[in-house]
Amino acid sequence: MKLGIVKETRPEERRVAASPAVVAKWIKGGWEVAVERGAGDSANFPDAQFEAAGAKVVDRPEAWGADIVVKLRPPVVHPDGTCEADQMRDGATLVSYIFPAESPQLLECLAKKKLTVLAMDQVPRISRAQKMDALSSMANISGYRAVIEAANRFGSFFTGQITAAGKVRPAKVLIIGAGVAGLASLGAAKGLGAIVRAFDVRPSVEDQVKSLGGEFLTVKIQESGEGQGGYAKEMSKEFLDAEYALFREQAKDVDIVITTALIPGKPAPKLWFTDMVELMKPGSVVVDLAAEKGGNCEVTKPGEVIVHKGVTIVGYTDLASRMPTVASDLYGTNLLHFLDEMGGAAGHKIDHENDAVRPALVLEGGEKKWPAPPMKKAEPPPAAAKPAPALTPVAPPASKPAPAKSHGHGHAPSPPSKTVGMVMAGIGILAAIAFVALRYGKADAYASEETRALLQHFTVFIMAIFVGFQVVWNVTPALHTPLMSVTNAISGIIVVGGLLGARTDGPLHGSTLVAIAATLFATINIAGGFLVTRRMLAMFRK
Amino acid sequence: MQFLNSQLLINAAYLVAAVLFILSLRGLSSQETARRGNLYGVIGMVIAMAATIATNPHVAGKFHSFLMIAVFGGGVIGAVMAARVAMTGMPELVALLHSFVGLAAVLVGYSLDLLGDGAGGPPHLAHRIEIYIDVWIGAITTTGSVLAFGKLRGKLLGKKISGTPLLLPARHWLNLAMLIGSIACAYIYAKDGNQIGLHIGTAIAGVLGVHLVAAIGGADMPVVVSMLNSYSGWTASAAGFMLGNDLLIITGALVGSSGAILSYIMCRAMNRSIWNVIFGGFGAAPAKKPEGGAAQPAGEVQEIDAPGLAEQLKEAKSVVIVPGYGMAVGRAQHAVREMTEVLRNRGVNVRFAIHPVAGRLPGHMNVLLAEANVPYDIVLEMDEINGDLPETDVVMVIGANDIVNPAAEDDPTSPIAGMPVLQVWKSKLVIVNKRSRAAGYAGIDNPLFYKPVTKMLFGDAKDAVEKVVTALKA
Repeated sequence: MKLGIVKETRPEERRVAASPAVVAKWIKGGWEVAVERGAGDSANFPDAQFEAAGAKVVDRPEAWGADIVVKLRPPVVHPDGTCEADQMRDGATLVSYIFPAESPQLLECLAKKKLTVLAMDQVPRISRAQKMDALSSMANISGYRAVIEAANRFGSFFTGQITAAGKVRPAKVLIIGAGVAGLASLGAAKGLGAIVRAFDVRPSVEDQVKSLGGEFLTVKIQESGEGQGGYAKEMSKEFLDAEYALFREQAKDVDIVITTALIPGKPAPKLWFTDMVELMKPGSVVVDLAAEKGGNCEVTKPGEVIVHKGVTIVGYTDLASRMPTVASDLYGTNLLHFLDEMGGAAGHKIDHENDAVRPALVLEGGEKKWPAPPMKKAEPPPAAAKPAPALTPVAPPASKPAPAKSHGHGHAPSPPSKTVGMVMAGIGILAAIAFVALRYGKADAYASEETRALLQHFTVFIMAIFVGFQVVWNVTPALHTPLMSVTNAISGIIVVGGLLGARTDGPLHGSTLVAIAATLFATINIAGGFLVTRRMLAMFRK
Repeated sequence: MQFLNSQLLINAAYLVAAVLFILSLRGLSSQETARRGNLYGVIGMVIAMAATIATNPHVAGKFHSFLMIAVFGGGVIGAVMAARVAMTGMPELVALLHSFVGLAAVLVGYSLDLLGDGAGGPPHLAHRIEIYIDVWIGAITTTGSVLAFGKLRGKLLGKKISGTPLLLPARHWLNLAMLIGSIACAYIYAKDGNQIGLHIGTAIAGVLGVHLVAAIGGADMPVVVSMLNSYSGWTASAAGFMLGNDLLIITGALVGSSGAILSYIMCRAMNRSIWNVIFGGFGAAPAKKPEGGAAQPAGEVQEIDAPGLAEQLKEAKSVVIVPGYGMAVGRAQHAVREMTEVLRNRGVNVRFAIHPVAGRLPGHMNVLLAEANVPYDIVLEMDEINGDLPETDVVMVIGANDIVNPAAEDDPTSPIAGMPVLQVWKSKLVIVNKRSRAAGYAGIDNPLFYKPVTKMLFGDAKDAVEKVVTALKA
């Protein structure tokens, strides 16, 4: 199979779909790789490095003519309806950012060529697909770069210093939205020595903010901003008012504001208004990571850096592209994992059952496959698990994936079919014995009646075992001890035997004394078991 | 007519009680419903006992007060035991209570035997078989539980009992011989009601119970306790057959299957087959270790003192605490809670990692931490936390050993090979608190102690943690 790496043609795009290091891994994995001449120049990967890694450096048509073309930005659509991908062979495969919801013309153009198209921007946000999540990789870079851009335009240190010439106070940074990008900004700003605060509507990210040394700000109104798939949802007016009041207060205090709020499929929410910008000290900097979607800041001009009343507002839409070397390397690595997921060079195929690949499949042989139907074995929403990703960060977050529960050694596993089989076999054998006993017992009228009663009791016994299995199977491990002490108390039901055996009406018979002793022990057990369970359960608190 | 009514009444009462017991177990499977579950159990038991007493035609005589004394006396004794026991003594109490169920079953069996057929003769054949089975299982449960109690306590009747398994030569043959002997006695008793058979059978069962539990290693105590829990249920069920009482059968089966599931879950957590645990194949392995320490992990242990550890903890962002039986023995859970609070107030993310077989009772650690008021949402299970350990700055292992032993993964010859363990060695720093350098309860040396990421904090768990708290506050 031949992979083609083509040169990105959009203006100001410095990245390339893969670095020579990734290419070397592809070659090792059995791929043949053709790189368009000059594709990596702007990312500081000269052709010679690709050649050294084992790729062939070729002209544009040959690179586009590969079996699988890998690319970063969506192919450019020309006004006449043609697009870059027209250079591809009919029926070939394209792996790239596509943003299928945003450009129907592009999809039409791709479909005409009967292409199979996989969108890197549609890779689902499940733990298993973390390593293929290019949006997160890029968000991480953007978040870092946002801090660098801010520092570049800020007239002071980030870190506080005490020098012979006096004391310099540390810069204060406010990050809005603690997603992947926000957390990357937090880490970078902290690394430069600033005091960093992060705001997010989702309380669940508090731990992540704190773990990176940030101060977590939130609004004290009972409303969780936890939305679908780790994004934040839109909040009520009350909440927003409180949020804006908090921002206005912060605006007077902080030097740097980095906004990263996005809501999927909608323009970026406006949350840093003109008056907030005007409240900031002259010389402060706002970096708007949502500029591409219109910006979180009212005065942002996408793609530009402007100064509004002494405050610099950075509205770059290409922050990741401003660090092309690392961005190309990370994107390439995501691609590498994605192609491996699809079977690598030898076993490349589109598996509709693969829950990491299927959602990314936009076209198959020109036929539209997007959006993907919901997968059967969907993971629980990240919110329920833990490090729920970001507030609407610039890219889908999920910084730390919730570890997939291993089914191998889980406690409270579902009953394996083998066990069920063994239980069934056991019951079968016992039933056979009972049947034989019944036949045998027919000889004697008394025994027959007894065995019939026995059979009846036996039925009850088996039913009860099944009920017990069903009821107890999913007990939380934390409750094993209380469960055991409560079952222990319940097994004190043997007291019924003692009570029935104690015939206190006649002369005192040995059997009665023994039964009374049995009653004594059983009641010790009952009282002790229930009370100790109560004591234990009273201690469990959240 | 009176009789019919009472029969109807008692059946209805038993049905309600049985349903309540099922609801009780169901309730115990999650934190939110657990208290209600316990209450259902109490109500079910009260209904069952009240209905039995009220409808028993033979119960109103002159010795009635004896029975009432037994009921209330037992209740008071049980209540006092439950109120007095320290949470660290929970495994012992549970084991002891199991032995009471077994004992009660044996006594009920003997009572029926003494009662005979009501006309001076021995009980009927079918009854004799049922009595024998009930007494036999009851006796195993009794002596096994008493020995388990002793093992957990470390002494019995003033004598020290070690946790190491007692492995008699040819013990499997011995078990088999006792089983055959039991069957022979059963035949003697069942044939014509010769009580000698019952008595000898009881004695053999008692010895068998001791032998079965004695052969099980200390690390397997959680499994033993839940096995005995299961046995006590089967005992009650057997008594139900004996008395023709469906409530006993149902309840016993519920308890029996519940205990069996718990044992199965424990065994799975240790990656061992249940037969291996029951027949004690496990404890044999350490003894086979070559003398001279060829298999001993080589290397130096590094020590750390409490102030040094406090410094590390101050700088950490995330800390995971792995408690084990040592924490229970040292009664250190309150000190651990205090340390957790201090660290959490400093903004450190502190969590607890609980191995399924930590301690001497399933869920033992959860109970201890709950007693010390550790919120249960920071107490995580092994599967939940293993993935986070590589990003954890400090892991504190307090009184645990085998459940963090890397040999389970690295050394196929280790007796615990294949048992899932907490992979603490993947974290950035591991602190192991131990009283001494001795091997764990399972008798296996732990290569974790010699790893470069590991530092040892020797000393009693409570002392050591308290010193750390002092240093943290300073």
